[in-house]
This record gives sequence, structure tokens and C-alpha cells, in this order.
Amino acid sequence: MARLRGRGYASVNYPTGMNLGGDPSQALIHATTTGTFVISLSSVDLGQGIKTIAAQCAAETLGLPIGNVLVDTADTDTGPHCMGTFASRGTHRVGNAVIMAAAEARAVMLEVAAEELEVDAGDLETDGTGFIRLKGAQEKGIHITDLALAAHFKHGRTISGRGIYLKEPSAPVPETGEMDPDSCQAHACTAAVVEVDDETGVVEVLELYNAYEVGRALNPAMATQQVEGGAWMGVSHALFETTEPYYPRRDHGPRDFAGYLMPGPADIPLQHSLFLERPAANGPYGAKGIGEMTANAPIPAIANAIFDACGVRLDTMPFTPERVLRGLDALHG
Amino acid sequence: MTYRLAPIDTSTFTAERAAAGTGTDHTVIGSAVQRSDARGHVTGRTEFFEDVAPPRLAHLKMHRSARHHARIADVDLTEALAVPRVLRILTHADIPNNLFTPLKLIGVGPDDEPVLAVDKVRYLGEPICAVVAETEAAALEGAARIKVTYEDLPPVFDVEEALKEGAPLVNEYHGQNHFRYEGHHCRRIRFGDVEEAFARADHVFEWRYQSAPIEQAPVETTGCVVVPQADGRLRIHSDTQACFFTLDNTALILETPFNKLRIVGGTVGGGFGGKVDVVVEPVACVAAMLADRPVKFVYDRAEEMQVSSPRAAERIYIKDAVMNDGRIIGRKVTLYVDAGAYSRHSPYGTTKAAAHLPGPYAIPNVWADCHCVFTNRTPSSAMRGFGVTIADFALESQMDRIARALDLDPLRLRLLNAYRDGDLKAHRKVAEGTALVEVIQKVAEMAGHELPETYRRMSSTTREGL
Repeated sequence: MARLRGRGYASVNYPTGMNLGGDPSQALIHATTTGTFVISLSSVDLGQGIKTIAAQCAAETLGLPIGNVLVDTADTDTGPHCMGTFASRGTHRVGNAVIMAAAEARAVMLEVAAEELEVDAGDLETDGTGFIRLKGAQEKGIHITDLALAAHFKHGRTISGRGIYLKEPSAPVPETGEMDPDSCQAHACTAAVVEVDDETGVVEVLELYNAYEVGRALNPAMATQQVEGGAWMGVSHALFETTEPYYPRRDHGPRDFAGYLMPGPADIPLQHSLFLERPAANGPYGAKGIGEMTANAPIPAIANAIFDACGVRLDTMPFTPERVLRGLDALHG
Repeated sequence: MTYRLAPIDTSTFTAERAAAGTGTDHTVIGSAVQRSDARGHVTGRTEFFEDVAPPRLAHLKMHRSARHHARIADVDLTEALAVPRVLRILTHADIPNNLFTPLKLIGVGPDDEPVLAVDKVRYLGEPICAVVAETEAAALEGAARIKVTYEDLPPVFDVEEALKEGAPLVNEYHGQNHFRYEGHHCRRIRFGDVEEAFARADHVFEWRYQSAPIEQAPVETTGCVVVPQADGRLRIHSDTQACFFTLDNTALILETPFNKLRIVGGTVGGGFGGKVDVVVEPVACVAAMLADRPVKFVYDRAEEMQVSSPRAAERIYIKDAVMNDGRIIGRKVTLYVDAGAYSRHSPYGTTKAAAHLPGPYAIPNVWADCHCVFTNRTPSSAMRGFGVTIADFALESQMDRIARALDLDPLRLRLLNAYRDGDLKAHRKVAEGTALVEVIQKVAEMAGHELPETYRRMSSTTREGL
């Protein structure tokens, strides 16, 4: 009886956006008289962080601190249309819509500042501190709070903007499958290190080495959380999860988490993750959608590592102890 | 505040990163801004839809099919209606437009799924009657006391069995056990000539792969609270992943003007694709209108696991034409998506699978038939990466088996076949922004897998080493 160690690899790509496009999202933005910009959306935050990413995109485009941005989302009476949170589309679609809206608002902000300061709007700049200043003359400037008040009460201007992102729909050619399905592709490669217990059939994933090409990590902390969580889900899919354990038979379906297992703290492998960035021309600040992709490469990498460890080729998911033991029996009799 | 940060590589795509302003031009983008809802989530202050507690809230529970495939001979509500505090029991006759399919919004048809079963059930757990009661316990008790008499029909559970002549017909609205793609029995990819590739290949490898349904398993189960408003509108607090998609589908089922409905959501305890099917809001809205009081309908964990649509099981056959040096010159894929009893999002997922083939490799001859098949099981639908995740399991297992069969390094085999900028994909789109070569090279470095110089010098932007 032994614990057999093996290593396996997999490399994948993943499309950004709803397949075949046709999935618009809008953003509206306006400054209140406090100098705070409110982004109105109907996009949904499932925990992935779209509210934070929208605020970052707006703050960067406006040239203001992120504390000056609020996100008001997911009320269909007040937020403009969003197709939804799926297909690794939120950051790409909503991010682009927010950038477009914020760019329009920024142009108005600079126009009003130019009037207020009696200079040319083209000579103004922002530095992310909340001030709009004259290039080369740092003492000549105005804070966004003062500017927003002046815009409303003195100049009669709204500092606001509208944004939308739409990838036009593509219809596949039925004969050949010719189509334009995606906006860009993210990439990932995994090396999995496993140990297989040849007595119990239990597979333990010890380490994952993951490289992810994401276009741009807009928020490196949230991106790290997303890839680590995604890799966990890949491990879970590989080793544990199904609602029909003897598919296509319908019996033994779990009805709660006592029967539907997932990796607990002791089952989580050591993860070594690395980001690569190849900015997408159509991505918000170059970002690609990576939400879904990160669960994918670990599954075949683990299957390949199990083969490397013990010679059992598992062509059926999940890779349960029962399947490992049946595979070992078939090999060794 | 400190965060775990995976490092960002600065040795690849240096010029493109600089041109995009990385590292120089940005003050907020690229920095670890704290997730805006993190404190609320960890301190329990975040408000989810279930935190809405309007006065006179009624509860809805479903009576579900106890059979995989059966005709409904009789539904007896007598005992259920006698349960104290039961307000009303909805049947299909109460749903204005009982037949629907959610992707009709993007032109996918036909309508193939009843909100509440009419004369037949097509999977175990299919909703038949909705019990509305003043308490959750009374709704459960009422649902348990409904008596349905079935006449069993033969079920079919296997995708290839379902496609055989004479198999039981699962869904009459399609007329056959598969979705039809513009007159074709499946979504096709035809690129080059795979048969010619098999004829001249040094090796031909063919293997089969299979997955089983997987549950999205969000912490917060699917649900909504519908609150009738003084002006006659309905305010729907929902954990949907797509507010307007839910609003539009619900309005079509209710046959009301779209602006009668308002969805309030956006803070969701995990989705993973499980909350885009519009399965709770329409019936809860009907209940709220008929009972004229707020109604809550939320899945329990067993419903979430066995009734809520999972990731589809897939069966995939891959046949490859391979040369002695490892170059793949042809790939033929036959893929079956088990849609269960109804379309939901599976016709879309099957097309997405076709678009993903033959994986991230430059293969000059590709043939794929991707079938969306109906069986007598819980309808599958969206889940993280559907159409792609299981295909990747098959494709990357296949790559490993080819490498072993030819005694080649598995990473070199991938680098040799990896798609580069300018390659024409099987769906005839020119590849750009590719980076498969680089992620493979980086993992080789990280994991201590030695690659020869020629492979380390390969790039997604050049043909070097090919």
C-alpha cells in the first residue's frame, strides 16, 4: 500500500462575453453637488466585485479619488439596462460602459473648470487627488467639491455622462459554424501535483502551479481572490462534485452538503499563481474576462496527474475514490 | 490593509503593457482597492433579498413531480386546501402565459417549458402546483397533501439512447429529442477536411470522455420576495444574476406591460450561473397578485441541488490525426450536451462549446457535431464556463494521452500546437491577443519543468520554433 505521487498539466483559453455578442450594458454617471459621482447601473454583484471594478474604472477615467465615486446598482427603476452577470462579461462590458460614461462626464467637468478658472479646458489636468489644475501652474486649480457646487448654482451645468458597450450580435453560419463568438480570449496553464492512495483510492491535490493571462489585473487583490477561488472550484469539480453520482442513472442524488462534498480546509492545495498581462484592445484598461476560466485547467491537470501517479486514466468526472480503485483493479487485477 | 497578491509577471508583453499605460499612467487601476462590500459581508450587515420582511408576507412552496416521465391523470387539492392557513393553490390555469423558454429574449425557440405542469411531467421534481400560505410550515404541509395520480411513461436518461430511433419522446414542443439548429440536428463546425487528415496521419487516436451534472451550490439559494405596490406595480426583490433578463421574461409570462414590474437586487450570495433561469419570480408574482399580499418563494437546499438546473453532463468523443513529431493535423469532435427535459440555456451552451473547439490549438482540419439532447432529467442550464469547462477536461486529457502515446513532453506537445496571433480558428475568426505559449512557458518555469531553448524562445506573436 502506498501513496503514489504524480504531476499533470493542462492549458486552456476562455472567451470574454456572451457567446456571439448582442449583450449590451449601460452606465450613467452624474456628479452631485458634493462632488461625488454616482454611477447608476443595473448590474449584479454575485460576490465577484463588479461594484468595486466599476468604481475603479470611473475614478481612473475621471481622474478623481475612488472615495469620490459611489455605485448605485441593480434597481430596474433607476439603473439602465445590463444583460447580466454571466459569461465572464461584467468587467469587460460594464467596465467599458462606465469608462465611456465617465469620459463624457470628465469632459464636462473640465469645461466647467475652465470657465470657473478662466483658462482653456485643454490646459487642465487631474492627478487623482480631487483637484483639477492648470498644467504647469499647480497653484491654479479647483477642488471637485467646489467645482460641483459652482457647476450647479453658478453655471447651470450638469456634470454627467452616458455609456454603453455592445458587441454586435454574430449569427453562426449553420453549415460551417463560421462565427464571431467572443471579444477576446484569456489564457491559463496549470501544473497539478497529486498523491493517490492506492488502498483507499483517495486523491489528494498537493500543489497547483497556475499562470493566468488576464489582459490586465484591474485590482490585483480581487484578481488573486478570483483565481484562487476558481482553482478551488476546479479541484472540487475534479474530485467531488455531482448531483448524479451514477449518471446516467438517477439514483443516489445528494440533497444537502452532507452528501454533496466539496474540498474543506484540509483538502485545499498550496497554490502558486502568477498573472500575465497582454492588454486586450477592446478591454477596459486592457482587461479580459477571467471569472469562469479559472476553474477549468485544474480539472484535466488533475486527471493527468492521477495517470502519472498510478497509471489509471480517468475519462469520467468526478475522480472519486471508487473510480480510482476500479481503475487500479482493472490495471492490476 | 494588506492582501494576498499573486505576482504580476513583467517579463512578457512588456511593450504592449507599456503602451496600455501599465505601471505609469494609472492611479486607481492596477491597485488593490478594498472590495466595496467586503466589510458588510464579513460583519453580517449586507442586506440580501431575504432580509426584506414586509408585513403580511405569505410563503410559497411547490408540489413537485414524483416521477421521471408520466402523464398526469388527476390532481386532487382537497386535503391541501383544508390545511389551516393555506391561502391558495396555483395550477397551470393560473399562469397567464404558462409556456415559455428564457432565451426567447435573444430569439431562441420554441417555447418548450410550462411554468406549472399541464398534462405531463418530464423530470423528477418538475413543479406541478404552488401552495401559498400564511406560514412556511403551512405551505409545506399543503404541498405535501396534494395528491397527483400518474400514468407512467418510459423515461430516457442517456443522450445517445435518446437520439436512437424509437426512443421515448421527452419534449413534444421540439418533436424530437434534440434541439434543431437552423435545420441541422446539431451545431456544426466544418473547417478543412478531417477525413483527408486521418488518411495521411502517422497516428489516429480516439477516446471518449464523460461528465455528470454539477450543482452551482451558492450559499444563498435561488429565491425572491414579491411586494405588491399601492400603484398596482410589483416590486420583486430577487437574487437573479440578470435583473432585466428576469424582468422581461417575467413580464412575458405574466402578460403584463414590462413597466408593471420592478426588480431590486444586485447583492447576491453566489450565482455561478444558477440564477439566470427565471424559475421563482413568475410564479411568485402570480401568487402575490392573486393573494394581494407579499409572497416569498425561496428554494430549500434539496430543491437547489436536485431541481434547480445544474451544469449539463457532457459526453465527448475526440478523434485526432497526429504526425510523428506531435503536430495535430485534424480533430473530429462529437459532443453531446445533456439538456435534461427543457432547453433553458443549453442550446446556447452547445453553440458556445462548438465555438471553443478544437481548443487553443492551431489545427488545420476540424469537424465537430455538438448535440443538445433532451432526456428525462432536471433541465441543465448555465454554470460557470458551461460549454467550455467539460470540453477542456476532454481536450486536455486528450493532449496528455497523445503525448504519452508518442512519448513526447506534454508541454512541448502543447507549445508545438498552440495557436498564435494570425492563426485562423475553426470558426474562421483570426486569432489575436493570444498568450497560450507564454502561460505554458511560465508554468514550466514555476514548476521546474525544463524546456529546451527552442521552446523557451517560442512566442504567441511570432512563428519562431515552428
